[in-house]
Amino acid sequence: MGLESWMGDGYIATKIEDVLNWCRKNSLYPSPMGISCCAIEMMAAAGPRFDIARFGSEVMRFTPRQCDVMIVAGTTTFKMAKVVRKIYDQMPEPKWVIAMGACTSSGGMYRTYSVVQGIDQFLPVDVYVAGCPPRPDNLLHALMLLQEKVQRGESKGMAPAFIGDFHGSRGSNSVSK
Amino acid sequence: MDVMNNKILDRLKTKFADIISDATEFRGELTVVLPKERIVEVCRFLKEDDELRFNLLADLCGIDMYTPTRRFGIIYNLYSFTNKFRVRLKTFTEADHPKVPTVTGIWGTANWHERETFDMFGIIFEGHPDLRRMYMPDEFEYYPLRKDFPLMGIRGSLELPKK
Amino acid sequence: MMETKPEQSSRKSRILEALENEHVSISFDDPLENEMVLNMGPQHPSTHGVLRLLIKLDGETVLASVPELGYLHRGYEKLAENCSFHEFIPHTDRLDYLSPLSNNTAYVLAVEKLIGIEAPPRAQYIRTLISELARISSHLMFFGSVAMDIGALTVWMWSFREREKLYDLFERIAGARFTTSYTRIGGVAQDIAPETLWSIRNFIDELPGKVRECENLLNTNRIFLERVDGIGIITKERALDLGLTGPSLRACGIEHDLRRANPYLIYKDLDFAVPTYEGGDCLARYYVRMAEIQESIKIVRQVLEKIPAGEVKAGQPKQVLPKKERVYKKMEELIHDFMLINFGVNPPVGEIYHAVEAPKGELGFYIYSNGEGQPWRLKIRSPSFVNLQSISTMMKGAMISDVVAIIASLDPIMGEADK
Repeated sequence: MGLESWMGDGYIATKIEDVLNWCRKNSLYPSPMGISCCAIEMMAAAGPRFDIARFGSEVMRFTPRQCDVMIVAGTTTFKMAKVVRKIYDQMPEPKWVIAMGACTSSGGMYRTYSVVQGIDQFLPVDVYVAGCPPRPDNLLHALMLLQEKVQRGESKGMAPAFIGDFHGSRGSNSVSK
Repeated sequence: MDVMNNKILDRLKTKFADIISDATEFRGELTVVLPKERIVEVCRFLKEDDELRFNLLADLCGIDMYTPTRRFGIIYNLYSFTNKFRVRLKTFTEADHPKVPTVTGIWGTANWHERETFDMFGIIFEGHPDLRRMYMPDEFEYYPLRKDFPLMGIRGSLELPKK
Repeated sequence: MMETKPEQSSRKSRILEALENEHVSISFDDPLENEMVLNMGPQHPSTHGVLRLLIKLDGETVLASVPELGYLHRGYEKLAENCSFHEFIPHTDRLDYLSPLSNNTAYVLAVEKLIGIEAPPRAQYIRTLISELARISSHLMFFGSVAMDIGALTVWMWSFREREKLYDLFERIAGARFTTSYTRIGGVAQDIAPETLWSIRNFIDELPGKVRECENLLNTNRIFLERVDGIGIITKERALDLGLTGPSLRACGIEHDLRRANPYLIYKDLDFAVPTYEGGDCLARYYVRMAEIQESIKIVRQVLEKIPAGEVKAGQPKQVLPKKERVYKKMEELIHDFMLINFGVNPPVGEIYHAVEAPKGELGFYIYSNGEGQPWRLKIRSPSFVNLQSISTMMKGAMISDVVAIIASLDPIMGEADK
């Protein structure tokens, strides 16, 4: 087409991709896999004070078929890991995972026989949030970092981001591009 | 000894003086050690006696003493609503094929407590209506709270889904 | 009858067997003759954590049900055998994670009973204060989640607004909003400033009005009442037999409260009532907890008036961690700190069981010590574990949509049920 030869290869396709990613990042519906104490802080993040709805996560859908991001909040045991994986497999593409709290990032304070030492042993994780439990502000920061990732078009655990990195060491902290 | 503890011990001794092997008091609490064959009778007596009326089984747990004989202990913490008082019963069993009669016929709450003790220690409660594992998956082969089971667990004992 | 597939793993068939074996004494003349096993799995919007329920249904009516726990089993009791007594305090936060301060208090009371020391009066008043604030926090969450499970989302938002104010208070008292680890063996970690006590008083003065706003939405609301009145009934005898404790027992008509029966801390000097309701259904459990919020407010007011000045840690250098600023300057405190952190408190050989009235019921710790710094055996008698046993009794004959209301009214927390 004449337009493409003038503007360069794939120009329109990438612009559409950008617009799609902008739509996706501003309407991330979380699937709250609230297992233990971090679930309470996740509920607080959805509560009236730290409002997660202003970031586009208007509803927390419990059915995985309607979700984009799974927030795993709480200690994952071996018995629960099968359930988490089953729910993850049912989510439609593109999907992301936020590992909330110390227990999901690395087993946390439970180095015992029944706790999985980090959910990245069976799930690809995109953002790790430190804290036991992380404050709701922390979770919102994680959501903002995830939004940057979504804008860049990364998914399935590519280049995971860590909350607590110093500013500037992992790219900018701006939300919109 | 405390007045109430004395009373409980006296009432127990009227019927079961020959089987009480040990009765100690520590921090105001009475602990009575009994053989496992007669534990159901004693529990029923303590529950139905008019003066004592221990009608709540607050807790039933196991303990691994890690001694060559009488390795596993089962501890019954009882509470009386009328007297507002507690007593503890203890019984021991051997390491290989540990078996204890169940008290679910006396207190319905013992059902889940005994299942948990079976899950954690491997103590079989004879006569239990539904003895299966409580916390660990059914195919788990070990008993976690025994002293020879490591804290980190045994590699390969629990499966993880593939990434 | 649904055919069970030949299962590869023995787990599914054994639990289905258990469901089959439940004695079913309800008969229906339903021409469809259709029984079905529904799995209300660990991930569900309203199972208050990871509780799995296998329900045998006849149409919409529940014939029998079997709960399955263990999805959050973190191995606390084995951990306790490898931690010193001080190191276990942060773990107690995560037991009943709606009222962490209450669990902290319960644990250190048990350890202090074992060691044989007592905290100074100001520490006891502070512990009573935080236990009651934790009770208010837990009951606020209760009625928020009962309302949310039934469908009234507004009440949940309002109760979370109040809980955020409580979290601010906890942050000023203990340093963390949620998992506080505030109490220590021999007292509490640090003192409360007078400004914080003023803030607590302001919060307590405003709270009855806010709670009344939420009650106005629910108490005379016909939809709410129809969904909880007469649902999930449990008789007095069955409740006693199953070992139910806490507000669920008081809703069956049995007036039993450990703060009155075996008083600990300073409860014998305080004036409060023990709300009891007859009925044993979800509505009675709801009323009991709302009344308990009012009683807790009364208790907090009395504590704020009577709190004495003084030390917040007992003066027992061999068991109580000394103040950090003295550790850095004085030799004795340095040695004691070193010994306590490395080798732990060495209590005498013996065993104790100590229980307190947690917001969910009787939270008890059984500790067997063989003289070392770590407990030989620590058993946590968690109220939610025992209360969950009565779920199958409460659900017999109820409709499938009542299952949610029944679980919400029982208020289980899987963190302590699974340990």
